[in-house]
Amino acid sequence: MKMELNKEYVLALVAIVLGLIAGSFLMLLTGNNPFQGYYFLIRGGLMSIERVGNTLATATPLIFTGLAVAFAFRTGLFNIGAAGQMLAGGLCATAIGLTFAWPKAILLPTAVLGALLAGALWGFVPGYLKSRFNVHEVVSSIMMNWIAYWTVYYVVPGYFKGPYLETESRKISEAASLKVAWLTKMFNGSYINLGFFLAVVAVIIITFILNKTTLGYELKAVGFNRHAAEYAGIRSNRNIIVSMMISGALAGLGGAAFYIGYASNIQIGVMPSQGFDGIAVSLLGANSPWGVFFAAVFFGLLHSGKGFMNAMTNIPPEIADSIIATIIYFAATSILIERSWDRLKKYLRGAK
Amino acid sequence: MWEIIVQVFPYAIAFTVPLLITALGGLFSERSGVVNIGLEGLMVVGLFSSAITIVNLEKFMPGTAVWIGLLAAAVAGALFSLLHAFACINLHANQVISGTAINMIAGAITVYLARNITGSGNIHIVHGLVRRTVPVLSDIPVLGKLFFTQTYATTWLVLAILVLSWFVLYKTAFGLRLRACGEHPQAADSAGVNVYRIRYIAVMISGAFSGLGGAIILVTYSGEFNGTVAGLGFLAIAALIFGQWKPWGVLGATFFFGFASTIANVSQAVPLFANIPGILLKTFPYVITLIVLVMFSKSSQAPKAAGEPYDKGKR
Repeated sequence: MKMELNKEYVLALVAIVLGLIAGSFLMLLTGNNPFQGYYFLIRGGLMSIERVGNTLATATPLIFTGLAVAFAFRTGLFNIGAAGQMLAGGLCATAIGLTFAWPKAILLPTAVLGALLAGALWGFVPGYLKSRFNVHEVVSSIMMNWIAYWTVYYVVPGYFKGPYLETESRKISEAASLKVAWLTKMFNGSYINLGFFLAVVAVIIITFILNKTTLGYELKAVGFNRHAAEYAGIRSNRNIIVSMMISGALAGLGGAAFYIGYASNIQIGVMPSQGFDGIAVSLLGANSPWGVFFAAVFFGLLHSGKGFMNAMTNIPPEIADSIIATIIYFAATSILIERSWDRLKKYLRGAK
Repeated sequence: MWEIIVQVFPYAIAFTVPLLITALGGLFSERSGVVNIGLEGLMVVGLFSSAITIVNLEKFMPGTAVWIGLLAAAVAGALFSLLHAFACINLHANQVISGTAINMIAGAITVYLARNITGSGNIHIVHGLVRRTVPVLSDIPVLGKLFFTQTYATTWLVLAILVLSWFVLYKTAFGLRLRACGEHPQAADSAGVNVYRIRYIAVMISGAFSGLGGAIILVTYSGEFNGTVAGLGFLAIAALIFGQWKPWGVLGATFFFGFASTIANVSQAVPLFANIPGILLKTFPYVITLIVLVMFSKSSQAPKAAGEPYDKGKR
């Protein structure tokens, strides 16, 4: 077991390295120096306490969506709907934040809880359709993504629009925001917010559920072999729904972390990229909660450093997205790496 | 009422056509047994390569540039889809993850390249296609007004491809083999069909068609590349399911979705539709797809082997 785990991390590292190499080819192709590019990318993410804070703040929604995808994976489900669950959560949290004028101690937890429930609801639908009608969760969660997208598109201008712009909601008050003064001050005015601590707590809770509870055991059993699990008396249908709901709730919290934490309003016409980046995060983190945590921080670094890199060089900021996308592709085709690895080992053994 | 329909119709068709060709591409891929949720990204690749081609050529030959652009988009889409084909067919990768990677790579790299070229990341073309009225046929009462006035040449091209696709899929040996690969690849293999080759061809067809779909958006109604096709690729997947993986079903589904989306877009301006909330019209295709999936859950026409990597050693 330990050997296999190591192999997974090796594969993840190789995927990252290949992704970075692909990124440097892109930089070379457009006449830029990759070493300089990466230097500024990393400096942009880490050079001051404020930027470290921004890196963590950018990573926060990714931790949630990565956890969401990884958790569903463990039950053998592919939750590609994290983007929609994030939107549902973000819309719900924003709506609560803009509607009620309660003190922060009540309003903020309510908004976060609202995001959690909205995400869980968005995850429930594919889970229910899968368990009851055997509808493939990938297709139904893609549909749920676009239902969320168009819901935000019409609900925000209809009920929560600002005084000038039709395309985004009003800004939420300080009382509804996950940003808190002491934290912002500690990190010199960075975007970091309570969402990050929420994410760490989520990582710990999910680790606990997966490794120490009956529920986690059952979920994993269904993931390994649904029929065998059923034979052992585990109700796989119920577990599929529960798994998708927890996964959706995590992505919904990611929505809260993004829309009422990192940002202070919700825009229409944007499918949050964090939903799909979550798939990459989960793959890289080998579907384990702490693996997800570190993968998300790494991607957070790429995303938060790209602006600085763009300012110092001619490299467009989309390089970060290109690298992440390439990493997913290499992670998906990791069997190629595995095969070459085995061949290399055989070759080395032969050389001896 | 009639006036409004005549007014809306050209827009509905313009919106339907890219959706139709992309969904048809998806049909080839899925019927051969490879799920392709990378259609969205392949459309973006087509959009980008046609925009680049047209911008560079339109100074010299404004008319032909558009068609060269469409061709370039189909070629680029087919080449880009090789990434998906290689991952799914040779490496037995998870087809959904590979498709997601295709979407993300396409979205990121095209904007990256576009920014290097134009600075803003947007590419505008000056000359698109011109709407034309078909002579003689447009004089037919009722139908002439709806179908033969103010049409784009690409609409006829796509309809021709649709008919051709139906013919290839159901009336040729190649089509039979392709469908067999999607239902029972082992059986096809034992009958002497090269499953890998057929699947490669099918995925490349889906790439070429999606690329064309992206380019058609550019040369008909949008006129610019901005790094996204706003979910049309996913809508095409929805149409593919709603049309139950059949060419004529896909035609009906895409037209239905195209019409609903157009009504949602113009509902503000047209009093008749102002009462229908836009949110219902826009979410309608996705909700209906979910309902269709539930309704057909027992008797789904989905290719049986779609999503399954073909492993020669497996029985």
